[in-house]
Amino acid sequence: MTLALELDDLRKSFGSAEIIRGLNLKVEKGERHAIIGPNGAGKSTMFNLITGRFPQTSGHVRLHGTDLTGLQPFQINRLGLSRSFQITNIFPKMTVFENVRCSLLWSMGFKYSFWNMVSRNRALNEGAEEILEQINLTVRRDLPAGVLSYAEQRALEIGITIAGGADVIMLDESTAGMSNTETDYIVNLIEKVTENKTLIVVEHDMGVVFGLADRISVLVYGEIIATGTPEEVRSDQKVQEAYLGAALEDH
Amino acid sequence: MSTANTTNRAYGAITLGTLLPWVIGAIILLVLPILMGSKGQLTIMSQMSIMVVFALAYNMLLGQGGMLSFGHAVYMGMGSFLCLHVMNASYFGSIPLPILPLIGGFFGLGIAMIIGSFSTRSAGTIFAMISLGLGELMAACVLIIVVFFGGEEGISGYRDEGLPFFGLEFISHIEVFYLIAFWLFVSAALMFLFSRTPVGRMANAVRDNPERAQFLGYSARWVRFVSFSASGFFCGIAGGLSAILFEIATESDLNVTASGVILLIVFLGGVGFFWGPIIGAVVFILLQTVLGLQTHLWELYVGVIFVAMVMYFPGGLAGIIMSHAVAMSLGKLGLLVRPYLTCVLPAIIGILGLCGLIEMIFHMREAPTGETEMTLFWTAIDTHHIWAWLVFGVIAAGGILLARQQSSVLKEAWDQANTIDTPAEEPS
Repeated sequence: MTLALELDDLRKSFGSAEIIRGLNLKVEKGERHAIIGPNGAGKSTMFNLITGRFPQTSGHVRLHGTDLTGLQPFQINRLGLSRSFQITNIFPKMTVFENVRCSLLWSMGFKYSFWNMVSRNRALNEGAEEILEQINLTVRRDLPAGVLSYAEQRALEIGITIAGGADVIMLDESTAGMSNTETDYIVNLIEKVTENKTLIVVEHDMGVVFGLADRISVLVYGEIIATGTPEEVRSDQKVQEAYLGAALEDH
Repeated sequence: MSTANTTNRAYGAITLGTLLPWVIGAIILLVLPILMGSKGQLTIMSQMSIMVVFALAYNMLLGQGGMLSFGHAVYMGMGSFLCLHVMNASYFGSIPLPILPLIGGFFGLGIAMIIGSFSTRSAGTIFAMISLGLGELMAACVLIIVVFFGGEEGISGYRDEGLPFFGLEFISHIEVFYLIAFWLFVSAALMFLFSRTPVGRMANAVRDNPERAQFLGYSARWVRFVSFSASGFFCGIAGGLSAILFEIATESDLNVTASGVILLIVFLGGVGFFWGPIIGAVVFILLQTVLGLQTHLWELYVGVIFVAMVMYFPGGLAGIIMSHAVAMSLGKLGLLVRPYLTCVLPAIIGILGLCGLIEMIFHMREAPTGETEMTLFWTAIDTHHIWAWLVFGVIAAGGILLARQQSSVLKEAWDQANTIDTPAEEPS
């Protein structure tokens, strides 16, 4: 099996405080991997390090074997890694359709072109329509994205994230702040749109985690204390002690 | 952003609806000089056209790209200066005048690429401050680098020394207007098409959310750089046109005041729509030339209008016009006619009365002693007579009070005009 993503002794300090303290992780191609852990464990920081939002202090991130050290977010994205954010991150003043179409531009090879008309390219527009169809937002097509409901905006963000055709998708708390119905809807959506892709999610909702993930890593105080299948993690003594005890009772 | 034909699923089809505004625009440009052919009118219209090009180019940054520049007159001014040097050069006799703006455009592009290479690193306050600093720097250079900028007198030249273009030497004002109108049409069309290209769309995306754009594979800095350079190109074209029309360029063409004026124009017209700056430039030049002839205080009024627009109508004139779109699509625009007559009209009359009072105060303070007569709204008035003050006072107070009283009626009519009658229907 080839590795989609590999973390090799990844560390990050802010001043004298070491937030990420030597992460080692191997995510295989096509795997659905969930990162869980208590608040402040460094889950979002780990996401930000992997996607190039800020530089690591030491260690390496490898995407399909390529070292990402020193690369900018847009360069990492071009290598086939796409992410969503904990706080909804879309283009609020643009229409829903325009949001999706913009997220297709790079992968369809338009680059910084100022000699093509976006409205004249059939493949581009049909691709955008197709994604709208997948995330069930066709009826909202021409509305400014900023006026959509919270769940719809999260769905749109997932659409933007997968649109570019990246094969490693990282979703940061996609179901945070949602009702049960909305959560079910988003989880179904995630399963549908990330088929045959490598998926890495940060989640608080244990129902979502155990339903969605093939393997789980538990992050506590900047270290991964356990990695394994849901059953292995559930029965792990360290995990029980550190974190999961109470959270697992419900499931 | 504007009324693009997004519901049309036949991608790339050019429809009558999308072409119509351009056809109308071209007809207006062709017919205007026939209707208003005096030298003064032609000069004002030429000035307007140049300002429209400049304003549209500025809005490529502000409206489309979310970059607030306080020093954008630099690119137009530099285009202007270079074109005047070309006009003074010995080889000018072999260059037809109509291509001169293009030379200005490429110079503007070059300058914008140099400055943009570092100033577009970030948007927001940092970009605004760099643009302000560079604006000041260039204005200072005018007085220092005399060889290029000609010091305080500036650089002047003669447009009719170029190579005759199919027999045209561009001595008469109407020929100059048509030359400017041609470049206005071409530039406006190109800028509109630019906003429809991948990089034009990504400029919107970077404006809305630069970080997200980065995670879509686009470098926000590169997108800003491309927009900035393109804007510099069209500013340079406007500069070339200005060199042709005025035959002179001075420090006042590229100082920070000039940069402030273009910001004011674009905001007045409305940054949210492609055509907003066009309205802004036309209205501003009208205020400047027509109002400027009537009163010394025109800048005061323009300033007040600007502040009022920013505070109450941040969408500008274009925003005000487009806010009627919902009522219009519901076929309820007629509901607004009466309240506009009973509320907005008194308000305008009241404000004019207030302006009359301001003018009288100004006249009393500034006129030579003993001169008490003045002309206000085409009427002779004695400012030392109590009646004049009473009449204008009553008009001002009465108009504004009436407008206030009627404002609730207007609000009610507005709400009604914007509500769908059958609430059961889904508006999609």
